[in-house]
Amino acid sequence: MSTTADTSRVQHLVPGVIILVLAATVAYLSFTREPADAFLFPRFISSVMLLLAVWNFIRAFLGMARIGDGLSAPVVRNILPGVVIMSVFALFAAKYLGFYLASWFAFLSVYSLYDPASHLNVKTWARRVFVTTAFMAVIYCLFTLLLKVQTPRGLFL
Amino acid sequence: MEFLQYFGGVFEPVSFMLLLGGTIGGLILGATPGLSPTMAVALLIPFTFQLEATQGLILLGAAYTATVAGGAVSAILLRIPGAPANIATALDGHEMARQGRGTEALHVSFLASGIGGIVGVLLLIFLTPILAQWALAFGPSHLFWMAILGVTVIGSLDSRSFVKGLLSGCLGLWLSMIGYDDIQGAQRFIFHDSLTGGVNIITALIGIFAIPQVIEMLAKGRVEHKVTSVQVESQSLFTSLKLLGRNVKALSIGTVVGSIIGLIPGVGGQIAGLLAYDQTRKFSKDKDSFGKGNPAGVIAAESANNAMVGPSLVPLLTLSIPGSPTAAVLLGGLLIHGIFPGSDLFDNYPEVAWTFINSMLIGQVLMVIFGIWVARHAARVAHVPPPIMAAAVMVLALFGSYSVQQSMGDVYVMLVLGLSMYLLEKVGFSAAPLVLGLILGPIAEANFIQGSMIANATDGPMVYFMSGTLNLFLVVLVIASIAYSFISTRSANKTGAPA
Repeated sequence: MSTTADTSRVQHLVPGVIILVLAATVAYLSFTREPADAFLFPRFISSVMLLLAVWNFIRAFLGMARIGDGLSAPVVRNILPGVVIMSVFALFAAKYLGFYLASWFAFLSVYSLYDPASHLNVKTWARRVFVTTAFMAVIYCLFTLLLKVQTPRGLFL
Repeated sequence: MEFLQYFGGVFEPVSFMLLLGGTIGGLILGATPGLSPTMAVALLIPFTFQLEATQGLILLGAAYTATVAGGAVSAILLRIPGAPANIATALDGHEMARQGRGTEALHVSFLASGIGGIVGVLLLIFLTPILAQWALAFGPSHLFWMAILGVTVIGSLDSRSFVKGLLSGCLGLWLSMIGYDDIQGAQRFIFHDSLTGGVNIITALIGIFAIPQVIEMLAKGRVEHKVTSVQVESQSLFTSLKLLGRNVKALSIGTVVGSIIGLIPGVGGQIAGLLAYDQTRKFSKDKDSFGKGNPAGVIAAESANNAMVGPSLVPLLTLSIPGSPTAAVLLGGLLIHGIFPGSDLFDNYPEVAWTFINSMLIGQVLMVIFGIWVARHAARVAHVPPPIMAAAVMVLALFGSYSVQQSMGDVYVMLVLGLSMYLLEKVGFSAAPLVLGLILGPIAEANFIQGSMIANATDGPMVYFMSGTLNLFLVVLVIASIAYSFISTRSANKTGAPA
């Protein structure tokens, strides 16, 4: 079997195992928790889900699950900074810096990290800061002034 | 002709401004490659919180219609379909633009969209009350099977894998059960404090539709954004109207195919456009000219993908079963205003229902007028660099999900669901059945419980859920949808296509 086929098989096998564990947990909880009436529908759905998860796992194990591109190493390398920025925003920045300032940083970070323009050019940075600030001003007008959304405030706005 | 009484509501100043704003904004969003109509409507929902139900729905409906049509602009000028529904449009539309007939292509595209859309909305107007009357006879067992049918049909048709499509639907149904049970008040599957109130539908929709697209844009890395746009020359609208007149057959085929496809849950605009294009080519005397700039291809595809918009809302408004992911998002827009669609929607909220439907009719006319005007300028949004687009959608998703209940918990749930959906899509799972499961879960469960109570007091669950013509008919449809998917997956495996 070629390396590509092996990689493809592993890429389908890992989510297959995760979904199987999830389905088994949901089924276990549905059949063991009380009151039974509250878990009547979950029992029905979790049974079907477990059956399909087993089927999906067997197909992945036998290398029969062939749809989807999977994730290549360059794609993982490309998306990782963006995912880290979103996670930092949600877990720390929004709470400690304030929702708006954290969003401003998140926008600027994503824009700067993925912008092919030089990082050493002052004009490029000025453009990035301007675009970010202008966009956040629009968001402020929409959400705070128009929709009256009260966002969490940390050290700053 | 009850709908005629409610036309005035559409022309109230705020409502009309929202209709106008939704149409122009939708055209621009639709022309932006990477922003699907479903995602655009999901991101707009938080802006409807402060509005009355009717006004909120007018905004969402206008955005839905206009984004589908707006996708033709980038398909024609850039050969990048704004949405999957515009794939067929790019085939001949871009060739026309390359031959210096870009304006002609844009004109016929919007005119065909408008005509197809009007026919689709008229079908919605005349079919909905009939189906709603019929739906009054539905009991809990029928509504339970209808909800399950919604999930199995979309799980079967919208996915490239039979098992993964249905599994996606089951995952959605499970997500809908998280939180406190409505009848017993028991805690179910609350693994984190953020899940105490269950998975909010709007939060989930934003995460599932917006975050994967953000990550998809980021997946390309730091690459130069090069878009080659075709220059378009001015041309008289009258010439385009004459061209449309010469292609009535394509327009008719597109409109009929789109209207029929729209009524079938889960099939969607992409199939409507491609099927109409294919049928028009088959019925044409000059088959070889297709793909080389034949306006009939553009007219068929665009009339079809907009004709399906109205009929796709029929099952939503009559049976509370959304026929497409975008209809599911519209259902979310109804639910946040405390309106539950179904057989009694037109009795309890006639003003909301009819004003919304009428606004879609007026919206089609506005879409043609502004589409023709905005089209050439709307293509410029395709030049916005992907990093800015990704950052903007990300921030909108963060604010949109937070504003639903003003809770950071919703932001966590949105990000986790979005990231999970991106990974699942990479291995062949599909967002549409998952969303349908999430939305139809409460409907299925409520009717399952009610049905079980009735069954326990009468002949038992087997007799109650499995007897009667309508129950059996629905069960057969559920089995047929699963069997169809199973057979098509097997035949795809045999031919070596991905399955």
